[in-house]
Order: sequence, then C-alpha cells, then structure tokens
Amino acid sequence: MGLSIDLDLFPLIAALLAAISCGLLGNFLVLRRLSLMGDAISHSVLPGLVIAFVLTASRSPLAMFTGALAAGVSTVLLVELVKRLGRVEPGAAMGVVFSVLFALGVLLLEVSDTSGVDLDAECVLHGQLETLVWYGAPQTWGELWQQGSLSAVPQQVWTLLLMLVLAAGFVGAMFKELRIAAFDPALSTTLGFSATGLHLALMVFVAGATVASFEAVGSILVIAMLICPAATARLLTDRLASQLIVSVLVAIASCVLGYIAASAVPAWFGLDSVNAAGSMAVMAGAVLTLAVFASPRHGVIARRWRLHAMGRSIARDDLLASLYRAAEAMTELPPRAHDSVRGSLVREGLIDDATDSLTAAGKAEAQRVIRRHRLWESYLADQVGLAPDHVHETAERLEHLRLAPTGEPPTDPHGKPIPPEPPA
Amino acid sequence: MTPPSTHLPRAQPLSVRPEHSDTSPLSIHAMTVAYHRKPVLWDVDYDAPPNRLIAIVGPNGAGKSTLIKACLGLIPPASGQVEFWGHSYKKARSRIGYVPQRESVDWDFPVSALDVVCMGRYRMLGWCRPVTRAHKAAAMECLDRVGMAPLAKRQISQLSGGQQQRVFLARALAQEADLYFMDEPFAGVDAATERAIVEVLRELRSSGKTVLTVHHDLQTVEQYFDDVILLNMRVVASGPVAEVFTQENLQRTYGGRLTLLAAASEAIARAESGEGLGK
Repeated sequence: MGLSIDLDLFPLIAALLAAISCGLLGNFLVLRRLSLMGDAISHSVLPGLVIAFVLTASRSPLAMFTGALAAGVSTVLLVELVKRLGRVEPGAAMGVVFSVLFALGVLLLEVSDTSGVDLDAECVLHGQLETLVWYGAPQTWGELWQQGSLSAVPQQVWTLLLMLVLAAGFVGAMFKELRIAAFDPALSTTLGFSATGLHLALMVFVAGATVASFEAVGSILVIAMLICPAATARLLTDRLASQLIVSVLVAIASCVLGYIAASAVPAWFGLDSVNAAGSMAVMAGAVLTLAVFASPRHGVIARRWRLHAMGRSIARDDLLASLYRAAEAMTELPPRAHDSVRGSLVREGLIDDATDSLTAAGKAEAQRVIRRHRLWESYLADQVGLAPDHVHETAERLEHLRLAPTGEPPTDPHGKPIPPEPPA
Repeated sequence: MTPPSTHLPRAQPLSVRPEHSDTSPLSIHAMTVAYHRKPVLWDVDYDAPPNRLIAIVGPNGAGKSTLIKACLGLIPPASGQVEFWGHSYKKARSRIGYVPQRESVDWDFPVSALDVVCMGRYRMLGWCRPVTRAHKAAAMECLDRVGMAPLAKRQISQLSGGQQQRVFLARALAQEADLYFMDEPFAGVDAATERAIVEVLRELRSSGKTVLTVHHDLQTVEQYFDDVILLNMRVVASGPVAEVFTQENLQRTYGGRLTLLAAASEAIARAESGEGLGK
C-alpha cells in the first residue's frame, strides 16, 4: 500500500473520527426518518461562517466554530417552526430551510469583503482533507511511536476527537432514552422522557458533529456518513445495539477503502490522486448498494431467492400431489412434460422417469401433502363452517405450509380417505 | 350531578370542589381541547369511578384519542384541569399506564418483543440507567401473561398484528400502573388476542386497577365493560353500562353527525381562515 505518514496519517484519522461520530448519530436520524437533517445542517453552516467572519473580522477557529454551531442549531429550530406553522411534512421543512440558508450564505459571501480569505462554498462542500499534511513527519510507520510528539497533531483532529467522545458518550448514556423516543415518542413523553427534548438534544449533537467535521472533510462526506452507514446497518441487523456497532464498522470501512481508492489506486495507473472525501462518500454509497442487494435477510437477492425457493417448493408439492391423485383415481396423468421441477424430483429418486409414476419415497412425500390438504379441507368444513365445495381452493394454498390441523377425521368433506402420516 | 356553570380559577385543586373527589383515579374538569384552534373536545367533565373497566365510545372524529392524549399531557388542553387521585399528572405519572394505537409506531423498528416490553420499566429505572436483569425478568413475566413468552426474542416486524397488540399490552402491564389508558387495543386483532386482552383486563380489575379503553365495537361493550363514556366532541352520557348504554343515548352519540357543536367548530375554522363569521 502506497500510504505515507506525512501525507496520509492525519487526513485518514480526521476522516475516521468524523465518519464514526456522524455514523453513530445517523442511526437515530434514519430511524426517525429525518435523514435529510444532516444535509440541512451541513449546508446552512455557510451563512453562520460568513456572519461570524464579518462580525469578528477574523478566521479564528473558535469564531468559525461558534458561528457554524449557531447556524446549525438555528436550522433545527427553524425546521421545527416551519413544520408547525407551515403545516408541511418534515422533508419539505428541511428542504426549504437549508436551501434558503445556503443561498443566504452565498449572497452574504458576495456582498461582504471576503476576498483574500479562504472561505467559499467550495470548501464547505468538499472540505480540506488534503491540507492536513504533517510536515517533518517520520518516514516509516515504526518510527511513529518512538517520536511520541503530540504537538504536531493538527487542531482539527483534536476537535474531531472531542466530538467523537461527546457523541459516543451521549449515545452510550442515553441509549435507552433515545431508543424509546425514536420508537414510541408518545409513551416516552408520558413516562417523563420528553421526546421533543431528546429530539432537540440529538439535533444539537448532530449539529455539533456536522460543524466539527465539515471543515476537515466537507459537507458531502458528512451527509454520506450520517445516512449510508446507518442505512446499511439497518439492512444487516434487527437490533438497535448491533445496528450501532455495524454502522460504526461500515463508516470505518468506507473511509479506509475510500482513502485507498483515492490515493493508491490512481497511482497504479500513473494518475494524480482524487478528492479523498468524495471517494469515501462514494465508497459509503457503494457499501449501501451492496447491502441493498446482498443483505442476508432484507436484501433483494435474498428476497428473490426465498420467493424462488418457495415457488419451487410449491411446484414440487403440486406435482407430487397430482401424481398421487392420478394413481389414486387410476387415471393417466395429463401430460406435463416440461414441468420445471420434474427433473429434480427424478434426480432425487421421488419420480420414476420411465413410468412417470411415484417411487416409494415419492409416494411417502406425496402422501404428506395430500394428508395436509385433506386435513385442512375437513377443518375448514367442520370448524370454520365453509361449504364443502368452497374448501378446496383455500386448502390448496394451506397444504404448502408445514403445518396441519390436529384430529383424525377418516375422510375429507368430499368423502376421500385421509392417508396416515407416513413414517419419516 | 349537574356540571358547574361557573369556571373556578385554575389554581384551585379539583379535590376541594364538592363535585370532584380525590379518591377518583381520574377527574376531568371543564376540559376543552383544540387542534390548530379548531375545538375537538368541548367542556368535558368526568370522574372515573375506581376499580372499573371503562369504555370510551363514540363515532370517528369524536375526540376519543384526543381525550386520552389530553389527560396524559400529550396535547395541551385549551382550558380545564385533569387530576389523578387529586394530583397533577406529573406527580401521578408513575401510577399511570398507556397503550397507544398500534399504528402510531413503526413496527419495522430494530427491537425485539422483549425490548418493547422493557420500555414499560424505563420510568422505574430513571435516566441513563440501563435495563437490569431483574427488570428483564419482570418484562418476561408480563409477556408470559399475554401468552407471548415464546416469541420474546422475535423482532417486532415478524409478529402478527394481534401479537404486536399483545406486546403493547404486556408493556402496559410492565408499567405496574394503577390507572391505564388504552387506545383501541381491540382494533384489528384476531379472536385469540381479543380473548387474551379481555382476560388481562379482568385480571387488572380484580387487582384493583382502573382501565379506560377506547372501544369501537358496540356489540361487545356490555360484555367487556362496567362503565361507558359516550363521547361526541362532548360527553353525551357517562356511567354504568346498564344505565347509560341505551338506544336513546347511542342515537344521541352517533345520530346526526353534524351536531350543533360540529357546525360551530366549522364556523370557527372558517372565521380563523379569514372567511368571516356567518354565512
């Protein structure tokens, strides 16, 4: 891997810290269907930055951070206000607020004298990950630990570390409260855990994480990390605690893979490296896409496969049952030469290919299906009270469940014998 | 009992008024609730008798859920007072249980049935304390009481509607409250769940609890409940089922949907939107 300490260490650490904070908090945004909030906050920091710059006439980190945080918190409050007074859905409220605030920021930039100052819409969107170069860094990874100097660590990394500790502390301490407020806000409020209060607290942390992150990594990566890892984890887990862990792992993986893709991969082809934050965001999207298709339970492929398997199982049951019925009535089976499952039943030794009839094993299997069908028919007629000529259609579907009513009626409502359960 | 014609100052507790008693688990006095300034409940006066199963019955839009939410402080009433055993909601909170409508939550949420029931214990745990093993065991017992113990580890999206409703009921049991508000626990459940819920309601009554339940099925009111509140934007009638649940009262509750009050609130809404008063 062609990574070097002086160029790569701090950008990678900064991106990881930002991604983990955002990924962790993003879980609650995704669960509350407020994913757009990250988008809203990260765009509306621009006017906050410009106003802070105009007021203090400096680009000191503290002034910038305060301005951006104030803008982030006002976004949250404005969204609530627009939602209530305008009676619009949350998505519309967020969309209105952030687009207007971002536009306001662009206007303020144009009218105020910020020429010669490194402050523009570009840097808000893309961040300045590549500027976190460690001058005079040790040249090998082994020397890193011997040097032991913390003074070289840039201020952005410390800010992000502090933010991560705060965000993790908040989620860890308030896990149960955040969970109930997201799942059932009404009950949460009646129990004394104000859902509105918890929502606002969460939003302040989202605003903090967004503001702490965007200078180093840019809004695009912040937005991607607030949504993609949580959405991916949502597809892979069905408990909130495991979802949080998986989302953090996905955030880490997206960063590392994205960084390698941005710096190392273009180098193999003799090209210049590309924007690392952008590459990480793309990677987070790619991981989400992968999960959409390949998740074991909720993924498209797994769902398709389960449908396919169910379809085959039903077709098998139907073919075996029709062969059983034909043998029972001693009639010829209507020709179904191209039946999709016949081949596999022949290979499994359930159907004799030459005579087109059931083998001993096939007969036992078919007997189970017929038994379930006729037990369901008599249940529907006797217990549910359906007319005997109405039970077949429903039983035709119920017979495929590996479940049958109890009881031993000798015949079904049509007078056909109910075969005994064959030995396993 | 005639409702008071004058409104007393808000600060005075209900318990000192002759028409309200502090032994009643729930006293509502002159409560009016409005959504977006359009009144949905008018001047509700009600005292719940202790240790009874009480049905809240009325047509759609009668304000049944609103009544519950206003009692629980989820919707601020425009005027009026609510007291529980003579205390404010904040003081009585730990003695009050709530089962919201099943549709009000996202059943795809990543929690198990047991996790949901444990939420009923959060009040006892307090802020920032994780759920302990003892509370989990208590929650498990509540799941068992509604016949759901074998499905405790299931994610809630993998439960049927009736099973989800039973999880909600188990969560209410886990609250160990003395007064319960249940918003349509019988809506869209299977026969087995309906029987399980009725059984739990009766258990609650025999252990001295009071339950107010929003109920839609008029056929079963007499069979399941002791008292009834007939509601249509105001309390049409309330009291023991045998006395109050009459054809005449039902006619007054359900018949003629556009009552004078509904017409008045329409007019208010029109006036609010700037169309002026009168036609």
